[in-house]
Amino acid sequence: MNIDKKIADDLVANDISFVTTVPCKQLAGVIAEIDQRDDIFHIPSNKEDEGMGLCAGAWMGGKRPAIIMQNTAIGVTINTLATLIQYYRMPLPMLISYRGELREPVACQVEMAVHTKALLAQLNIPTYHFHHRSDVEELDNILKYTFM
Amino acid sequence: MIRSEILKEIAPILRDQLVVCNIGIPSQELHAIDDQPTNFYMLGTMGLASSIGLGLALSQPKPVIVIDGDGSILTNLGTLPTIANNVAENYILLIIDNGSYGSTGDQPTYAGRKTSLSKMAQAAGCERVIECDAAETGRVLQEALDAKQMTIIVSKCESGNAKMPVITMDPVVIRDRFMKAVQA
Repeated sequence: MNIDKKIADDLVANDISFVTTVPCKQLAGVIAEIDQRDDIFHIPSNKEDEGMGLCAGAWMGGKRPAIIMQNTAIGVTINTLATLIQYYRMPLPMLISYRGELREPVACQVEMAVHTKALLAQLNIPTYHFHHRSDVEELDNILKYTFM
Repeated sequence: MIRSEILKEIAPILRDQLVVCNIGIPSQELHAIDDQPTNFYMLGTMGLASSIGLGLALSQPKPVIVIDGDGSILTNLGTLPTIANNVAENYILLIIDNGSYGSTGDQPTYAGRKTSLSKMAQAAGCERVIECDAAETGRVLQEALDAKQMTIIVSKCESGNAKMPVITMDPVVIRDRFMKAVQA
């Protein structure tokens, strides 16, 4: 199974056609896959909160959006999640790489990793942690749940 | 002229258009001057009006006018390259540049000192950038709509706020009626 293609296929199958990304080494394959597909409009963001603003606009324009980002940037998105995405009640799937996990070579990445789940839990954001490649089988259902 | 006087003057132009309006006093002023279901008021999240408007313009064909401020653009400067590199011809970004953070007590912004937002927009790659005096805003905005070309307008005006009530509408109601207006 090509996991990058599987993720992009699941996005398309769930009618997600507007995807913003901030670069990540772990998710580089998915980002490249999304970039070359005609059925997804890919708009890179300079910062994650900017990306969430783009997604909010796309949603109101009638498109299903998604954001792809690193967990290290969760901190800069807290205000946007609380006062835009949640306050106006807009669905937004966030595919977040988990830097700072086991086998992480860069110590500083661990600093935000230890806060990642607590911050998402504090915001009451349903969170699914994929530990193994096979966990991606759940993505299709997670996307359906997000837009329920 | 201050921002609320510009808004009063351009209200007839804005009325039938999709408008994304910046957080704080700008939204309160627009809401009080001419509330329309085609207005999306930001109640929080400083800096993202231009991004929300761009996402909206890229996702549907109707013209989108974003009413932003110099302080909010400075908060989210990365928006300018994103706008420039993802051209939506139905997108107009109107930056009402009063050189100050109006909603927080009129503290000066850097745009009111050495920094030129129109030059920054040009440097970011935006192709149709027009800086104008406050009194010309209506004409420049109408021309931008008629041009059907992505346009960044920097309208230079004086610092100051009109006393308007806060918006008490529920955010989900604002969003829902706006989405219905988008689809209408």
